[in-house]
Amino acid sequence: MSEIVLKSLAHTYSANPQSAEDYAIRHMEHVWHQGGAYALLGPSGCGKSTLLNIISGLLAPTEGDVMFDGHRVNELPPEERNIAQVFQFPVIYDTMTVYDNLAFPLRNMNTPEYRVKPKVLEVADILDLTPLLSRKAKNLTADEKQKVSMGRGLVRDDVTAILFDEPLTVIDPQLKWKLRRKLKEIHERFNITMIYVTHDQLEASTFADKIAVMYEGQVVQFGTPRELFETPAHTFVGYFIGSPGMNFFALNYAQGTAYFGEQPLPLSDRYLRTLGRIESNNVKLGIRPEFIEVCTSAESDTLAVQKENLQDLGTYAILTFSLNQQTFKARLPEDHPPLGETVYIRFPDDKLSLYVDEYRVEVDHE
Amino acid sequence: MSLHLQNIAHTVGGIPYISDVDLALEPGSFNVLLGRTLAGKTTLMRLMAGLEPPTKGRILMDGKDVTGVSVRNRNVSMVYQQFINYPSLTVYDNIASPLKLAKHAPREIDKRVGEIAEMLHIEHLLDRYPQELSGGQQQRTAMGRALVKDADVILFDEPLVNLDYKLREELRDELRDLFKVRNCIAVYATTEPNEALALGGNTAILHEGKLLQYGPTDQIYREPNGIQSAEMFSEPPINIIPGRLTENDITFDNETHFACDNALRRLPPGDYRFGVRASHLSLTPRAPDDLELSVTVDVAEISGSETFLHVRHPHFPLVLHLSGIHELKVDEPIKIYFPTHKLFVFDEQGSTVHTPVLQTEGVAHV
Repeated sequence: MSEIVLKSLAHTYSANPQSAEDYAIRHMEHVWHQGGAYALLGPSGCGKSTLLNIISGLLAPTEGDVMFDGHRVNELPPEERNIAQVFQFPVIYDTMTVYDNLAFPLRNMNTPEYRVKPKVLEVADILDLTPLLSRKAKNLTADEKQKVSMGRGLVRDDVTAILFDEPLTVIDPQLKWKLRRKLKEIHERFNITMIYVTHDQLEASTFADKIAVMYEGQVVQFGTPRELFETPAHTFVGYFIGSPGMNFFALNYAQGTAYFGEQPLPLSDRYLRTLGRIESNNVKLGIRPEFIEVCTSAESDTLAVQKENLQDLGTYAILTFSLNQQTFKARLPEDHPPLGETVYIRFPDDKLSLYVDEYRVEVDHE
Repeated sequence: MSLHLQNIAHTVGGIPYISDVDLALEPGSFNVLLGRTLAGKTTLMRLMAGLEPPTKGRILMDGKDVTGVSVRNRNVSMVYQQFINYPSLTVYDNIASPLKLAKHAPREIDKRVGEIAEMLHIEHLLDRYPQELSGGQQQRTAMGRALVKDADVILFDEPLVNLDYKLREELRDELRDLFKVRNCIAVYATTEPNEALALGGNTAILHEGKLLQYGPTDQIYREPNGIQSAEMFSEPPINIIPGRLTENDITFDNETHFACDNALRRLPPGDYRFGVRASHLSLTPRAPDDLELSVTVDVAEISGSETFLHVRHPHFPLVLHLSGIHELKVDEPIKIYFPTHKLFVFDEQGSTVHTPVLQTEGVAHV
């Protein structure tokens, strides 16, 4: 059992930190509940590797505490934390058989053979490694090797959390499907806290029930894949999640009308009411490419825009258009009607998000 | 400049890496080499570059036989997966190096390096050293070096594979625009079907050292010449279901029969394999002739803005590619809708005998 709590955590690599920019982790409170399937998602340089190393014990945090089940473990070395790690590249003994690789962590703890065998067979069965047990590890394919790496974490009963560091990097795209499924199965079968670190939204959302999105040393949103998609809490989440990311545009409010540059926007009263109360100058609207409605002729509340590009991506198309000299992207279904040079777009009221100083704010209800 | 690989075969230590590839690339064309790892993409590029001569066949550039001509005497550039730059040279000198080698005038070098750096958005980094750059900036520098000389052929060997996906999105768009204005042959290797679609141009599908199909990317995607091309060029993979075609209906399981499309009536009755794209299946009916199927959820894989839903029918598994986030529970019984007019049909040898005609509908609302 393991609940991992990060209390007032901060970390800097600088000996003499001056400002927030000097911190790789900026003051963070976070709870990973026992048995959860989590992802830590963010671009390179966001601090996720630092955080992973703090959890695993490879790095001691500058400030704050790491608590496992209520016990402070800041000073405990990795081997005493009952955490298994699966890395980008499979870590296995090439000259040993698959069986001996899986048995290794148990034998290392002087587990008697009669207890090693059932555990190895159980884990091999789950990972579909049974037919390979007598094979030398060096003859395995990349995905098989990575499954052996995972298996080595799963055989130990004392392991309470598994940290995955981009474990599918070396796997062929066509095989990633199967391993992703396997990971979900494993999570459902074992009551283990799993934290999956990645820069890839697909890896993260597929694996995790809840995702912590990291940006500049902070978790800017901790939510379900649906929440990250539908209600990004921070403009970075809107940009980073989804392909292409969310469209953002700056908003001005004057005398009861909202403007995007010179362009008045047809917004409903509840938006205007909310805007009237905001004091910041940094106000933006965000809309996902999926939610922009594209029409071939003018309709109510549509804006006429110029088509810049239409990119056929097979299963769907991406329309690029410009409005007030800014580029927007809209996603169209594969069977969309032919578009002329001028298209008419609509931003449906319930699909817009309002951002003040980069964070999302709720708009008044009707 | 045109590049023609004439009946190329390449064997290393008795193992065939490339067999019987005949490929003619037109001047100014952008070409994607799509294939899984070990499909022969890198080998084929090395042969194009002249890094080694093929075991069999001829390579013609502009009709001239260059089969035995080494890389030094061919005007080619190459960008690799790894970010390869001279560590002791600044970004400026890295990009300038091919021009200095060719003894261009300093003023000319200055102008070209400036232009390329601006195009790649690294003009502010010219005085830095590679180790002071992020991965994306390092790869932009390597690309700058490849692009700065007027190479006849530029080869990209999975150049974006080691970058964050947001950066990949950006660089991919930039690359496409970059090549619109250049008149060299570009060859770009990737394992990812979606990258091929995003890049456009032409696509050559390589599988086990053989060229399966070559042509305009959208055409190859919509009209695969066989089951293997269809499978290689789809992620999630196209669903393949064995079934039987009679005079006027189709059955997959001898229980459910559905009327076949007029276009399929011209095929002789018999056993076929039917293909349906994951994106053509849906959770709500989209056409009057859609077939309703009762299935059980295997797993819902969620990307940032899309869902890949794996389901089980008593007789076959299916994958659906849905826009938006759909959280469905494992083993939940659901109904899905199967488009009977969007079937690909393959004969027993795996050759395509029918591809669906894409009909555009009146509404573009997503």
